[in-house]
Amino acid sequence: MDSFDPLTLARIQFAANISFHILFPTISIAMGWVLLYFKTRFDRSGDAAWLDAYGFWVKIFALTFALGVVSGITMSFQFGTNWPGYMQKVGNVAGPLLAYEVLTAFFLEATFLGIMLFGRSRVSNRVHTLATFLVAFGTTVSAFWIIALNSWMQTPAGVSMLDGKVHVESWLAVIFNPSMPYRLTHMLLASGLTVAFLVAGVSAYRWLRGDRAAGVRHALTTGVTLAAVLIPLQILVGDAHGLNTFHHQPAKLAAIEGVWHTERGAPLLLFALPDEATQSNRYAVGIPKLASLIITHQPDGEIRGLNEFAGAHPPVAKVFWSFRVMVAVGVAMLLASWLAAWQLRRRGEPAPWLSRVLVAMTFSGWVATLAGWFVTEIGRQPWLVTGILRTADTASTVGGGMILSTLLMYLALYAVLLASYVSVVFYLARKAGAPAAANLEGVSA
Amino acid sequence: MTAELVLPVIFAGLMAVSLLAYVILDGYDLGVGMLLPLGSDRQRDTMIASIGPFWDANETWLVLGVGLLLVAFPLAHGIILGELYLPVALMLLGLILRGVAFDFRVKAQAQHQPAWNAAFAAGSLLAALSQGVMLGRYLTGFAPGAAAWGFALLAGAGLAAGYVLLGAGWLIMKTEGELQQRATRWAQRALLGTGLAVLLVSIATPLASSRIAAKWFVLPDFLLLLPLPLITLALFALLAVSLPRLAARQAAGNDHFCWLPFAASVGIVLLSFWGLAYSVFPEIVIGRLDIWQAASDAEALWVILIGAAVVLPAIIGYTVFAYRVFWGKARGLSYS
Repeated sequence: MDSFDPLTLARIQFAANISFHILFPTISIAMGWVLLYFKTRFDRSGDAAWLDAYGFWVKIFALTFALGVVSGITMSFQFGTNWPGYMQKVGNVAGPLLAYEVLTAFFLEATFLGIMLFGRSRVSNRVHTLATFLVAFGTTVSAFWIIALNSWMQTPAGVSMLDGKVHVESWLAVIFNPSMPYRLTHMLLASGLTVAFLVAGVSAYRWLRGDRAAGVRHALTTGVTLAAVLIPLQILVGDAHGLNTFHHQPAKLAAIEGVWHTERGAPLLLFALPDEATQSNRYAVGIPKLASLIITHQPDGEIRGLNEFAGAHPPVAKVFWSFRVMVAVGVAMLLASWLAAWQLRRRGEPAPWLSRVLVAMTFSGWVATLAGWFVTEIGRQPWLVTGILRTADTASTVGGGMILSTLLMYLALYAVLLASYVSVVFYLARKAGAPAAANLEGVSA
Repeated sequence: MTAELVLPVIFAGLMAVSLLAYVILDGYDLGVGMLLPLGSDRQRDTMIASIGPFWDANETWLVLGVGLLLVAFPLAHGIILGELYLPVALMLLGLILRGVAFDFRVKAQAQHQPAWNAAFAAGSLLAALSQGVMLGRYLTGFAPGAAAWGFALLAGAGLAAGYVLLGAGWLIMKTEGELQQRATRWAQRALLGTGLAVLLVSIATPLASSRIAAKWFVLPDFLLLLPLPLITLALFALLAVSLPRLAARQAAGNDHFCWLPFAASVGIVLLSFWGLAYSVFPEIVIGRLDIWQAASDAEALWVILIGAAVVLPAIIGYTVFAYRVFWGKARGLSYS
């Protein structure tokens, strides 16, 4: 943010829009599968509590989906307005991948969503379950295409350059580019964790308010168990993703670890203030040799420093801190979910203090997911497509004043919508528990 | 070489079909949104119920249309949407407000519900007006000056009126009783507005652009094109005659041919769209770029075309299925 020139503003605006947008698909991708799970449990067991859980969460799903759809429309307009140079240079890759996302995913999920939400009395139970599956499947297919494109921008493969344009040699190599399997798995797990903590947090909230409906217990157990199972997987996948970054995007990795100069036996920095001016870290606190050990699996392994990428490395502090926020949330997730899973097994319910922790962590998945995307997207700078296209070379022709005024409008709108969303989620939780709570009051009075 | 000639035409056609599908499908649900303040509380729920299962998918046609512009004609996407930056931002604001209000109005705290109802109607109106202004700006080739902007505002009002007509027609088809009778009156008023707007735009467009005038007013093309305005006129006449008669039938307790106003409105949209497309083709940014200059490389277009050829029939198939599931009069929306 050196100055408010159109490029900086276009970047802030795009970042604001895409950050707001990603919040909702992050929930709807995995929530679709969780709803399918609730529905299938009901179909198999006939236990109405599973249907209760489905009925409550499908409302939140509908709201989330609506926010994802409308905030996503913005993206289809801004690809061209904010980055006109992008399609000109890499349109041969980006065009088909974006088109396939719309064609194979967007229509599928949007069309069957109507049947999933409002069609239960109009189609057979089987068709309804199928519609639920197709919505979940559609959200995941959508993630597949967009992550394929994003990963290709990180680690391009399968193309050749001719006349200043990218030409595809192998679609398989483009789609399954080196970072794609890692990023896709990492993101799908992030979605699963976000939903797990959302479901656990809201259920804990209802539990604390005395709502002991069986559906709440089912949802609480599902959320906590899902979180406890997914978080260690996520840590493993995150580690593998880091190794992949080390091999393919060493500048990003150097920024993540705050390694200014190539070194052996690099420490794992827990705290530091990276300073671009002096090319060094201030107030660094670290564990000796641990970064090298984690990344190269050798205590004296070499990590290439930012000095090797002079003029072509990302802003260090933003990447460095975003990464630490993500990891910190991940560690908190590990502790909270394992403790809650253990308490659920041992005592059948989480202690009130732990329930409050779960409530506080309801949206922790959002924090971790956004921080992770900041690492990967800021970490790719100054490139838009690594080694092929610099962000600055795609700049918009739209004036700065126009971008600034619309940016302020979007920010105001997003603030209102975010506040409304969070408040409505908890309001729905209170409303769903209202009859039960009233009964309890009746008993005690 | 031929692929480079033919593919842009195919993609211009696909894009046109997507935008046409969008205008018809989201047109009726935006229209219902604009009519929302005119209904009573209970009627509002029915009005929303009539569009509830569809609006998500309806809006996806916009994403496809604009997506095709982006991937098939990237040069034009940058120019057009750069020129339309402000109306596009306002349209997005409208679409976002409306889309979320749809859910918030039934899920939020009771005291906030009137505000979300208002956001739903205002968002629908803002989106419709902005889209009309975008169309108007586009048709003048983004000409500067008060006259060109006046034309754009006229197009904005005209498109909004057209959407209201579609929305009212949809309600006549999908509802019954008092709401249906009201919708018939709404349709009559919207018909006047739409007719006026179509007339004015038809007169102003050739005046505003000599290029377009030259395409229409030359023999023998003019004679071949004549059925277009004539059938449009006939559809307007049909609506003008049939709406009062439908009102009379409703009073007598039956609603035979309740699908006719919607069908005729769709016909008017189809013909107007066809007229506009004819006026513009083969240019994509009027006066600056034609579709061949703006097109992506053939290699990318082939890949997309193969995907579209496989997937589009499936999309149309399950869209028809979804409309069949919710066939008939709208009932209250319920998750159970």
